[in-house]
Amino acid sequence: MDTSPHLARPHWMSLLAQADPAELVQAMGAFAPPADTAWLRPAQTGLYMLRGRVGGTGPQFNFGEVTVTRCSVQAGGHIGHAWVRGSDTRHAELAALADAMLQDADRHASLRMQVVEPLRRALDCRRDEASRKAAASKVEFFTVVRGE
Amino acid sequence: MYVAVKGGEQAIARSLELLAEARRGDTAVPELELAQIRGQLRLGVARVMQEGSLYDEELAALAIRQAAGDMLEAIFLLRAYRTTLPRFGYTLPLDTTAMRVRRRVSGTFKDIPGGQVLGPTYDYTQRLLDFDAAVAAEVAPADVPLPSDMPRVLDLLDAEALIERIEPGSDPEPVDLTREPLMFPADRATRLQNLSRGDEGFLLGMAYSTQRGYAESHPFAGEIRMGEVDVRICPEELGFAIEIGSIVLTECQMINQFHGGNGVPPQFTRGYGLTMGEGERKAMAMALVDRALRCDELAEPNHAPAQNQEFVLSHSDSVEASGFVQHLKLPHYVDFQAELSLLRTLAAQHATDAEEQPLSAAGGQRS
Repeated sequence: MDTSPHLARPHWMSLLAQADPAELVQAMGAFAPPADTAWLRPAQTGLYMLRGRVGGTGPQFNFGEVTVTRCSVQAGGHIGHAWVRGSDTRHAELAALADAMLQDADRHASLRMQVVEPLRRALDCRRDEASRKAAASKVEFFTVVRGE
Repeated sequence: MYVAVKGGEQAIARSLELLAEARRGDTAVPELELAQIRGQLRLGVARVMQEGSLYDEELAALAIRQAAGDMLEAIFLLRAYRTTLPRFGYTLPLDTTAMRVRRRVSGTFKDIPGGQVLGPTYDYTQRLLDFDAAVAAEVAPADVPLPSDMPRVLDLLDAEALIERIEPGSDPEPVDLTREPLMFPADRATRLQNLSRGDEGFLLGMAYSTQRGYAESHPFAGEIRMGEVDVRICPEELGFAIEIGSIVLTECQMINQFHGGNGVPPQFTRGYGLTMGEGERKAMAMALVDRALRCDELAEPNHAPAQNQEFVLSHSDSVEASGFVQHLKLPHYVDFQAELSLLRTLAAQHATDAEEQPLSAAGGQRS
C-alpha cells in the first residue's frame, strides 16, 4: 500500500476507473458534491481503438474497439476528469467528481480513507481470489518415457 | 444488380411482428436477462465482441438476445451500432506480458517458469451431455496466488537465439481498417486487424488447411495465455497515462519451423493470435493463418489458399460475406427477366439449328 501523504493523480484516477461501479456509488454516498459543482462535459460514451502489438512485443496493430465513457466536472475549485471502460455514465460521473475532490487538499485525506483505500482493498481482494482460484488448476505434467 | 421495388409495407410490418413474436418464444417462460447471457453464455459474448470488433459485454449480450442467438446477426448488430458512437482516440498498446493470468499452457515445454495453469477449459471434459448440470462447483482457492510475473514462454527460446526476435522497431502508426480501405499487399499489422475481426469458422478452416499440407508450417502452440489486461490511455487533457479499466484477452504464440531464407538463418518463427474474452480456438486459428500469410516475407513458396492474402483477407469478414451472399434474396426481377429473355432466344435458336443440322453434328455440341 502506498503510504505517502498524497497519492499521485494517475494512481487514483486508474483506481476509480478500475473500481466496481456499485462499490464506488456506495463509497461516494458519504460525500455531497461541493456547492459549485458544474458539469463541464456531461458523461458521454464513445469508442477507443484498442492497440495490440504484433507477437505481443512488436509493432502496433489496431485490434478492435472498446466503449469508454468520459466526463468532466468542476467541483470545489478543481476540475475533475474521468474515462472509464464501458457505458456506465454514473461510474464516469462519480469518478470525475472524486478526481476533482481528491485534488482539494482539505478533502483529499477523507476521500482517500473512505473511498480510495476501500476500493483498492476490494479490487486487490478480488484479484487475489481470482489468482488463487486459477492457481488451484496449476499442473505438473510428467513425460512418460517409452521403452524402458 | 437488384432494383428497388415499391409496395409490401403491410407485409413487412407483419413480418417484423412475427419476428418479434418468434424471438420472444413462449411468453409463459421468463425472458432472458442480459446478466444471464453475460454470465452464462460468456463464450458467445466473447465471440460477438471479437468479431463485432467492440469490447462491451452488455451490448454484445443485448445483440445476442435480439438476434435470437444467431451469432453472425449479433456481430452485424454490434458493427452497425459502433458506427453511431464517436471515436475518442487510440489506447496505448495492450501489455499482454503483464496479463493477470487465469489460464496459461504451453505445448512445447512442460516446465515453464510460473507453471502451466489450466483455468476454465473444455479440454479435459469428456464431451458427454450432462443432464444434471444444475449443481455449480465452488472452487477452493489455492493458498498462494499465481506469480504476478509470468514470463513469456517464447523468451526461453529467444535467450538461445533460436527464435526470431520481435521488437517494435520504429513503431510505425498502423493502418486502421475502420478508416481506410484494405489495400494489397497488406503489412502484418493490417493483416492482424483484419484477422482479429475475421470469422472464426473461416479462419479455423484456413488454419486447418495449413496443417493438412496446404502451406506446411509445422506449428507448435508455444504459449496460450488468458487473463485480464489493463486498458491504458493518455488523454490530451491530462498529459499522463491512466488505466480506464481491464479487459479479458486470449493470446496465442505459435512457433513454426523455418528453414532460413532472405538472409535469415534457420530458426523458429512466430504466428500471433489475440482475441477478446476467452477465444482460444479463434486465437490459435488466427496465429496459424498469420504465419501462413508471412510466406513472401520469409521467401517461402506461395501456392496455398491460406498464403494468399488477397483471398484470405478479402473473404474473412462475416458481415461482408453474409451481406453479399444474402443479398441474392433481394429483388433481382429485372436482371432475371433479362436473362430469361436471352435464354428463350438462345433456346429458340438452338431448336432452329437442330432442325437444320444432321443429328451427328448436333451430338458433338455442348451448351
